[in-house]
Amino acid sequence: MSNQPSTNKAVPGSTTQMESTKASLVAALPGIELTWSVFCSQDRVVFPAGSLMKVLQAFKAAGFDQLTDLTAVDLLEYGSASDRFEIVYCLLNVDSGLRLIAKTHLSEPDLTIPSATQVWFGADWLEREVYDMYGIIFDGHPNFKRLLLPQEFQSFPLRKDYPVKGRGERHNFPVVTRAES
Amino acid sequence: MPLELIDDPSLGSDKREGLWTLNFGPQHPATHTTLRLVLQLDGEMVIDAEPDIGFLHSGFEKLGEVLDFNQYVTIVDRMNYISPLANEIAWHHSVEKLLGIELTPRCKYIRTIFAELMRIHDHLLCTGTCVLDLGGATAFMYAFNEREAIYEICERASGQRFHTSYTRVGGLLYDVTDDWVDMVKKYCKNFPKAFRDFEGLVMKNRIFVERTRDVGVLSKEDAIAGGATGPVARASGVVRDLRRDEPYLAYDELDFDVCASQGGDCYARFQVRMMEMLESIKIIEQAIDKLPSGPIYASGTGKETIPDKREVYRSIEGLIHHFEGIMPNRQMASPKDSVYAATESPNGELGYYIVGDGSFRAYRARTRPPSLLHFSLFARMMRGCMLSDVVAVLGSINIIAAELDR
Repeated sequence: MSNQPSTNKAVPGSTTQMESTKASLVAALPGIELTWSVFCSQDRVVFPAGSLMKVLQAFKAAGFDQLTDLTAVDLLEYGSASDRFEIVYCLLNVDSGLRLIAKTHLSEPDLTIPSATQVWFGADWLEREVYDMYGIIFDGHPNFKRLLLPQEFQSFPLRKDYPVKGRGERHNFPVVTRAES
Repeated sequence: MPLELIDDPSLGSDKREGLWTLNFGPQHPATHTTLRLVLQLDGEMVIDAEPDIGFLHSGFEKLGEVLDFNQYVTIVDRMNYISPLANEIAWHHSVEKLLGIELTPRCKYIRTIFAELMRIHDHLLCTGTCVLDLGGATAFMYAFNEREAIYEICERASGQRFHTSYTRVGGLLYDVTDDWVDMVKKYCKNFPKAFRDFEGLVMKNRIFVERTRDVGVLSKEDAIAGGATGPVARASGVVRDLRRDEPYLAYDELDFDVCASQGGDCYARFQVRMMEMLESIKIIEQAIDKLPSGPIYASGTGKETIPDKREVYRSIEGLIHHFEGIMPNRQMASPKDSVYAATESPNGELGYYIVGDGSFRAYRARTRPPSLLHFSLFARMMRGCMLSDVVAVLGSINIIAAELDR
């Protein structure tokens, strides 16, 4: 049992810490285009989807030991966006409290990217949910199937071209009687 | 009970003999809502557990793209419905970060008090129902009695006992009154006695201790790599609390300890929750003494926030101001950018990733639900445990299916 006093307040996006992490990441990933930005004192980086595994492994090596969240955004109706999907990795260094939001872009027709489960096993369900909602395929995932929706569901409902009211799937669900089950 | 011998070629022939599959849920008293587990058992020992979720999926995140920042608060209420106000605080914390709104001191303190009341609210139910599942109905009644008083505090402030929808962008629905302050003070005074009774019934109950000690152990490494946060992570020795590490609201002005344990088992998780309840009372007592006076809505920012209800109903200027805050063509614009902000909800890190597109609604409103990450670790915790431990582990990670499935 440990009650630790309130010390070591890590300011998210604190510059000196982040600058050294940035420098080590840039050194570890030569030839890979990393675009850094800051908004609301949050550090973000955009990297090309082609070098995803290399980049994620470098993030882990740089101390980001927790994948806090993994999600996607459909940029279909988003003003000037040139790609269809944005995959967002929210990373955290548990010891120092440093956060980094890493993003990559994907466009149709090839919606396949490598799975992050090899790096952080917590990505398991998060990737299944992204597939469920957006149809992004994570290559190398150990148990790849829909997470929330029924396995026979055809659409990807969080895509912007899917109507809020649905397409009537609920009415077409097969009714299983007690005798058939 | 559906019994079926499995024939899995990946297992050795000596091992697969006698393995059987048990379907647990979706309707089971210990799941409290609807979730399903497919358990592979060797006699009574759990070899593997595969959760099957989504029974309560209601498309909340899709609704978040349709409703505006103030309207969506009614939906986030219904995610972790055993501590609704904590979700509201987390949602508007992210929205305010995106819009760059600084809260007034009074609003910060009221939200802090509610956030801590919700922590007690959540921990009482989580612990109470787990004891109920393990066979002790008395402690549950003690817990619910204390929850009832918190319902009344919520009702006095917002008019609603349960789904309060109390926070607004940059403010709160209503200001609190002096008798609300007295109610909270009285609650803080009475709680420790009721807590001692409750704690005695739970943590010193021999049956409870034997059914939770060394059960469902989660190692520190797994907790970090698997994305565990909150009491589940702190029980495994990850001393991290967003209230201390990334202070928001009024937490940097208040004195409190972060409760943690090294055990990693179910008992440690309840131990952490029990200690946190007393810390919460400590925080509430400080906050209520320091409660500043003044406005509850962030002002000086033009028409960004809607005005206090008293202004709306008593002056024409207030009504016009309110109208401008509500009409879609006059509401403030969000930056065309994205932000991730998280708060320490009772269950762990509750974060929202919001993408703004220039309107007063989210282009994307992603919830980072602590329940989802914790439940994905369930199979890891269960391996090697007994069938009867399933309810203990389920209760100790506090799975709320509405938040899990959204």
